Amino acid sequence: MKFLFHLGRYAKLMRMVFSRPEKPGIYWKRTVEELEILGVNSIGIVLIISFFIGAVITIQTAYNIENPFIPLYLIGLGTRDSIMLEFSSTLVGLILAGKVGSNIASEIGTMRVTEQIDALEIMGINSASYLILPKIIASLIFNPILCFISMIVGVFGGWAAGVAAGVVSSDQYIFGIQYAFIPYYILYAQIKTLVFAFIIASVSAYQGFYTFGGALEVGKASTRAVVFSNILILFLDLLLTQMLLT
Amino acid sequence: MIEGIGIFKSFGDKEVLKDINVTFEPGMTNLIIGQSGSGKTVLLKSLVGLHEIDKGRIEYDGRNFTDMSHNDRKNIRKEIGMVFQGGALFTSLDIEKNVMFPLNMFTNMSFEERLERTNFCLKRVKLENVNKLYPAEISGGMQKRVSIARAMALNPKYLFCDEPNSGLDPLTAIVIDNLIREITIEYQMVTVVNTHDMNSVMEIGDKVVFIYQGKKWWQGSRDDIFDSENKELNDFVFASPLSKKLKKMK
Repeated sequence: MKFLFHLGRYAKLMRMVFSRPEKPGIYWKRTVEELEILGVNSIGIVLIISFFIGAVITIQTAYNIENPFIPLYLIGLGTRDSIMLEFSSTLVGLILAGKVGSNIASEIGTMRVTEQIDALEIMGINSASYLILPKIIASLIFNPILCFISMIVGVFGGWAAGVAAGVVSSDQYIFGIQYAFIPYYILYAQIKTLVFAFIIASVSAYQGFYTFGGALEVGKASTRAVVFSNILILFLDLLLTQMLLT
Repeated sequence: MIEGIGIFKSFGDKEVLKDINVTFEPGMTNLIIGQSGSGKTVLLKSLVGLHEIDKGRIEYDGRNFTDMSHNDRKNIRKEIGMVFQGGALFTSLDIEKNVMFPLNMFTNMSFEERLERTNFCLKRVKLENVNKLYPAEISGGMQKRVSIARAMALNPKYLFCDEPNSGLDPLTAIVIDNLIREITIEYQMVTVVNTHDMNSVMEIGDKVVFIYQGKKWWQGSRDDIFDSENKELNDFVFASPLSKKLKKMK
C-alpha cells in the first residue's frame, strides 16, 4: 500500500517536472549550472575509482590464471569486458547515487524545510520543474560522458597495474583489449547509464521534495535517496542485462 | 481586498480551522494573532493557497481563488508577495539575485532595468552595498529586509508576512514592523501579518484578528484590545504581570 502511495506521488511529481517551463532560457542556464555541480564535479571521483578498479581487476584476473595454456592477453580482454559491461555503468552509477543522489536530496530537502520551495510556489513558479528538471537533464547529458571516461581510465588503470606488477606485458594487454571487441557493449553500457542517471536524479529529487521537518529529516531523506537509488539501479541492471544482452 | 468565507481545514482527524470568516482591506496592516498551534499559520498558508481548504472560499478582489484553475492561480500569485518566518531566501544566490529573481522569472525587462528595480527595492528597505553578499553572510534582521525587498520586487497588490519578527531583537523587530506598515500605506497593498509579538500588535495593528482554537475569536483594532472584555484575548495579549498593569493603567 505504501509502495503504491509513493509510486503514485512519484508519477505525479514527474508530471509536474515535465510540464512546460515558465522561461526556457532560465531553465537552460540552470541546466548548465547543474552540469557543473552534478557532472564536472564528479569527474575526480570517477577517475580515481575507475583507475584503481581497473588495476585491481587486472591483477585479480592475472592471479586467477594458473593454467599456462591460457594466453595472457585474456587478462586485457577480461579487464576490458568487466569494465565496459558492468563497472563503468553500474558501479559508477552506484557511486554517483552516493555522491550526486545525496547532494540532490539534501539540497532540495533543505530548500523544503527552510520554505524556499514555498517561496517559489507563492511566486507562481512550478517549483518541481524549476528545481528538478535541470538536474535530470544535466544527469542525462553528463553521466554517459562519465561512463565513457570511466571505461578509458579503467582500462588504462589495468594496463598500468598489470605492466607495473609484471603480470602481463604491455603488448599482450593491448592485444587483449582489442581482441574480440564488440562495439555494442558501449551502447549497452550507455543505455544502462542513461536509465541509472534518470533514476538517481529523479528518485533523489523525490526524496528531497517531500521532506518535512528539520535537519534530521533532511539527513534521513538523503540516506533514503542513496538506498532507494542503489536498490533500483541493481534491480534495473538485472532487468536491462536480461533485455539487452540475451 | 481579501476575503475568507467559511474556511474549514483539517489535517487527518484534527480540525485546525473552523468556520473562519475574515476580511482584509488595502492600505492597512491586518494582523492575525493567536497562540502557537491556534491555526494562524495554517490560515495564512490557506489564504495564499499553500494549503487547500476543505470548505469555504477565498476571494482576492472578488476573484474566487479557491475554485480557480492552477494557471489562473498563477496569475494571482504574481500579485502576491510573501515574507516567510525564516526569510526563505535562496541560499545559493546572492542578495542581488534573490531580489532580482521574480523579475527574471516574470518580466521582460532588460538587465539594467532589473538591476535598477532591485537596487530601488533594496534601498527602500534601507539596505545598500550588500548586493554581492550571500544570505548566510548577513544578519537575521537584514535577511528579513531582503525578503521584504524580494516580495516588493513585482509591486504586489497583496503582501503576506509570516512571523516577520521571530528571532529578532525588539529594536530590529520595530524597524521591520514600521517598514511593513510604510510600504503598505505607500503602495496601498492588502497586508496580512501573522504574529504573536505583542509589540507588533501595538505598533502596527490597524486591524487585529484573534484566532483561538481554530476559530475567529475576536476582531478589532489595537486600541480596541485595551477595552475588550474578551477573556481569551486578554489572557493572550496581557499574559505578563507588566502588561496586565498596563491594561489597568489604560
